[in-house]
Amino acid sequence: MIPAAFDYVRAGSAEEAIALLGEHGDEAKLLAGGHSLLPMMKLRLAVPSVLVDIGRVSDLSYITDGGDHIAVGALTRHRALETSDLLAAECPLLGHVAGEVGDPQVRHRGTIGGSLAHSDPASDLPAAVLALGGTLVAQGPNGSREIAAGDFFTGYFESALADDEMLTEIRVPKAPGAGWNYQKFNRRAQDWAIVGAAAVTVNGGTNVALVNMGSVPLRASAVEAALAGGASAADAAEQAAEGTDAPTDLNATPDYRNHLARVLTRRALEAAGVS
Amino acid sequence: MLGPEADETGEVIVEISVTVNGETRTGDVEPRTLLVYWLRDDLRLTGTNIGCDTSSCGACTVHVNGESVKSCTMLAVQADGEDILTIEGLAPSEDELHPMQEAFRQNHGLQCGYCTPGMVMAAVSLLEENPDPSERDVRLGLEGNLCRCTGYHNIVKSVLACAAGETAA
Ligand SMILES: Cc1cc2nc3c(=O)[nH]c(=O)nc-3n(C[C@H](O)[C@H](O)[C@H](O)COP(=O)(O)OP(=O)(O)OC[C@H]3O[C@@H](n4cnc5c(N)ncnc54)[C@H](O)[C@@H]3O)c2cc1C
Ligand code: FES
Ligand code: FES
Repeated sequence: MIPAAFDYVRAGSAEEAIALLGEHGDEAKLLAGGHSLLPMMKLRLAVPSVLVDIGRVSDLSYITDGGDHIAVGALTRHRALETSDLLAAECPLLGHVAGEVGDPQVRHRGTIGGSLAHSDPASDLPAAVLALGGTLVAQGPNGSREIAAGDFFTGYFESALADDEMLTEIRVPKAPGAGWNYQKFNRRAQDWAIVGAAAVTVNGGTNVALVNMGSVPLRASAVEAALAGGASAADAAEQAAEGTDAPTDLNATPDYRNHLARVLTRRALEAAGVS
Repeated sequence: MLGPEADETGEVIVEISVTVNGETRTGDVEPRTLLVYWLRDDLRLTGTNIGCDTSSCGACTVHVNGESVKSCTMLAVQADGEDILTIEGLAPSEDELHPMQEAFRQNHGLQCGYCTPGMVMAAVSLLEENPDPSERDVRLGLEGNLCRCTGYHNIVKSVLACAAGETAA
């Protein structure tokens, strides 16, 4: 399958990419690793008339110590997250989840920025960044702004980014020694999660985020509230499907997903050391 | 499978220069040309197979700067200036196999052979990253590659044999 024809421009920097987006409006799309966009273009689910290739903006590929947080450049590939010693020491959930994405070939190309900007409720990294209470940095023609992960995912494949904005950095709070776990349930190797649950203990509380339980990646707020109120992990996990809107597809009905959310949340909490 | 169709407008053509199996290859491509089609149709390097064309099967796996990548999920223009290795460039010479190819041969790691170029390229990349993998590491490391014949058992055996240096070329 060949995508529909498009114009191709290569940006050498974030500024150049943003200027190109401004010039071409909503006809244009950024191309990072291409591992979500190209499959959609082959199926004609996306038909951009201009692709702005940011794959070579290599100064946005980094994982650095930002003091109280770890800063990750938007063009950092999943493989780099998976193998980062800094993440393993300071924020192990993120590196671990990156290693659960797709297969090695996918992780060699896909980027964290692309994964978040794509806003796919079935993706792994959005849930990790949500659970960690991360911050996303978006750059536009008038400078940069910070967006809390909780405000970033606005709808099915929709994010808070404007047409001429680009994600440049993802910040996750350092949490060395925190309890954490990610449960990804799928039936075939390499697949997206049918349901996933990420749990991490932060500042005395516990955050839980769910994959594929609605049109956006979600925080399991009912579970978090129950834990804050003193419920056990097992009891709190019973609330995992509260306030969610699980989709139906070939793999699962909403009932089955609700069940998975409860079971996976309990497992994630217990493995994260929440009792 | 169809190759690239002519562009209706005939306008957008990009010139690329790519190192393929150690040689500089240049080409004029439409931006929408997938790397696998450029390799197969323009360079006639047909060792790289197309199985699914939907990023799932790994038959089209090549190395980009030393790492395994599905060439049906990358544009030829994205390969401009990069270093590509295909199955044709893996063996050290005409009459010698790469140790991984030799391991597949000795351990019956293939039947019909359709998945094999991709399997071998993925396996070589895996050992670059993890020279001493466990059986589980190999199974997980090849999760992006499907084989409809072997049941995987002999493929895993081949990769482990290669890692153990049992098939030095
Ligand atoms: C076979 C296969 C299996 C996969 N399995 C999984 C899985 O199990 N779990 C999972 O989470 N993902 C999975 N993925 C998706 C993969 O993680 C993608 O790499 C990722 O979702 C998108 O990253 P990318 O860099 O490839 O983005 P692209 O495909 O290049 O872009 C995706 C979207 O984000 C936009 N974009 C990209 N970068 C930026 C930026 N910096 N700022 C603003 N917008 C941007 C693009 O315009 C586009 O709309 C899989 C993909 C494949 C092909
Ligand atoms: S042909 Fe590329 S993954 Fe199947
Ligand atoms: S040997 Fe036939 S598909 Fe693998």
